[in-house]
Amino acid sequence: MALRDQTGPYFGDFGGRFVPESLVQAIDEIAEAYDLAKLDPTFQHELAELGRTYSGRPSIITEVPRFAEHAGGARVILKREDLNHTGSHKINNVLGQALLTKRLGKTRVIAETGAGQHGVATATAAALFGMDCVIYMGEVDTERQALNVARMRLLGAEVIPVKSGSRTLKDAINEAMRDWVANVESTMYIFGTVAGPHPFPEMVRDFQKIIGEEARAQVLELTGELPTAVAAAVGGGSNAIGIFHAFLDDPTVALYGFEAGGEGADTPRHAATITKGRPGVLHGARSYLLQDEDGQTIESHSISAGLDYPGVGPEHAWLSAIGRASYRPVTDTAAMDALLLLSRTEGIIPAIESAHALAGAIELGRELGPDATILVNLSGRGDKDMETAGTWFGLFDEQNGTAE
Amino acid sequence: MSRVADVIAAKRAAGGEVLVGYLPIGFPDLDASVEAAVALIENGVDVLEFGIPYSDPVMDGPVIQAATTAALANGFKLRHAFEAVRRVTERVDAPVLLMTYWNPVLQYGVDRFADDLAAAGGAGLITPDLIPDEAGDWLAASDRTGLDRVFLAAPTSSDERLRRAIELSRGFVYAVSTMGITGARADLDVAARTLVGRLRDAGAESVCVGIGVSTPEQVREINGYADGAIVGSALVKSLADGGPSAAGALAASLSHGPSGH
Repeated sequence: MALRDQTGPYFGDFGGRFVPESLVQAIDEIAEAYDLAKLDPTFQHELAELGRTYSGRPSIITEVPRFAEHAGGARVILKREDLNHTGSHKINNVLGQALLTKRLGKTRVIAETGAGQHGVATATAAALFGMDCVIYMGEVDTERQALNVARMRLLGAEVIPVKSGSRTLKDAINEAMRDWVANVESTMYIFGTVAGPHPFPEMVRDFQKIIGEEARAQVLELTGELPTAVAAAVGGGSNAIGIFHAFLDDPTVALYGFEAGGEGADTPRHAATITKGRPGVLHGARSYLLQDEDGQTIESHSISAGLDYPGVGPEHAWLSAIGRASYRPVTDTAAMDALLLLSRTEGIIPAIESAHALAGAIELGRELGPDATILVNLSGRGDKDMETAGTWFGLFDEQNGTAE
Repeated sequence: MSRVADVIAAKRAAGGEVLVGYLPIGFPDLDASVEAAVALIENGVDVLEFGIPYSDPVMDGPVIQAATTAALANGFKLRHAFEAVRRVTERVDAPVLLMTYWNPVLQYGVDRFADDLAAAGGAGLITPDLIPDEAGDWLAASDRTGLDRVFLAAPTSSDERLRRAIELSRGFVYAVSTMGITGARADLDVAARTLVGRLRDAGAESVCVGIGVSTPEQVREINGYADGAIVGSALVKSLADGGPSAAGALAASLSHGPSGH
């Protein structure tokens, strides 16, 4: 079977539905509605039209030669998901799930968010479709991504800072699931990544795979051949699976996921789930996760709120286990260096999440050499990260001399 | 065949009300949680539901979250769960079920967990995030060891899923009274009565109702149509506020007297 044809609930030993019984009817209902929708030309047409007339599909690709000089001279091509409406790839999935919500006749949507990109996308779709919207966001993240909190509120969403546990993305998911258990009849949980119980990993992947489908054709048109390697950042893994998926059955194309290495994958402060974790169950699926010997989830760390998650989608766990994709850690420092480099060499400010993929591409380019072509998913733009970047590089100081 | 089902059936046959009481292990510390559990049982709790603190308890409301977070911060380790079960069952006679999210069991090893729980005198497991569909290893391990296994039934569960929960549960079926997480509620949904009716129609012989149950009146009302009532957050709150003796006093009031009726 082609790797592209793999569907849930299981990806090899990973995936499944480890959820409270109270949620089973809801996820069954979504799975059923989605199975109909994916074969329904009307649904597919509506979604494509929203992409064309609202979010800005297809997104372009941009070759970045000045950046590539620092990447061993390899050709580096960016897939510009940062140019989507709302500023990241997250809108692709949200528009699909919002259309599904409409089909299910539900009027309230909830979502978790880390960096705020998925929350902003969900708040946007809720405004567009006239739905009530509640966003759960870890208190730590509401502080480091304050701009996105304001964006969500401006769009009419209620943003609830989550104060439990590590007060980051994983706890926002816990709180959203608690809300969903209590309000499942009126509410759709618009899950933001390719983790969670079936059908989310498969469905979110399907809504994101357009990234790779477009990029594959665009790179072929530009260069006449498939890329040597595809690079993407991996937190939960939605942008990565989105760009990987079209290439899964192209054996010459190497796939690299770059996890948040935080202060170093060999320190306790990182979010390198596949690199350092082991299989377990979290948030409804069996996958790799960062956990102690008792199965308690270990708090992750990353300068990037969107990658600061101790789990990862089950399809990535499977792709790693079968050796189809490789996953490596990228430190906070390497990511911030890459963010600065792309900004200075190409005039493109990437999201800190996407900067992990750029740092990975620099490393890959040096390994693969000048004959290689590396396709990088530039999953989001960096506007939301100015607070973090400003502090990191000392940009708020009038002398701002530390950047170089 | 099932210690829990036998205790429930005997109490029912004698005309009594059945009270299942929940407390987290290790809260406020290991010793006090054992004392509180013993106090519950000495004050009319028929079946103890001893909870394993977990980092990501998606089915729990603020009271239980706060307690289990405190237990973890105080150094709770999984091995303490077996120690706590052993210490309680050595002192009092009621069956003790562990309530646990699935990942701790998975990491410990399902068979090893079952063996150690049986050796500690435990009666079985309640698994809030393990549905029968994913429970193959646990079904095998519980059959091998004779441990009870309590699956949940929700108001939204299909008839087919209810039949499956009844068929595979041993001890009782845990009927979720209302759609939501743990925590006291003033009014129990009519959904609870409806769900128990559906479970009976599907052949359930032992059904206990939990989520939101906090008063003696609710316990009595539930015992009018189900085989037992499960109280959690209210007991945890009384333990947090007044220690093991307060939890025991609340258990006495919930069970309508130190020895029930």
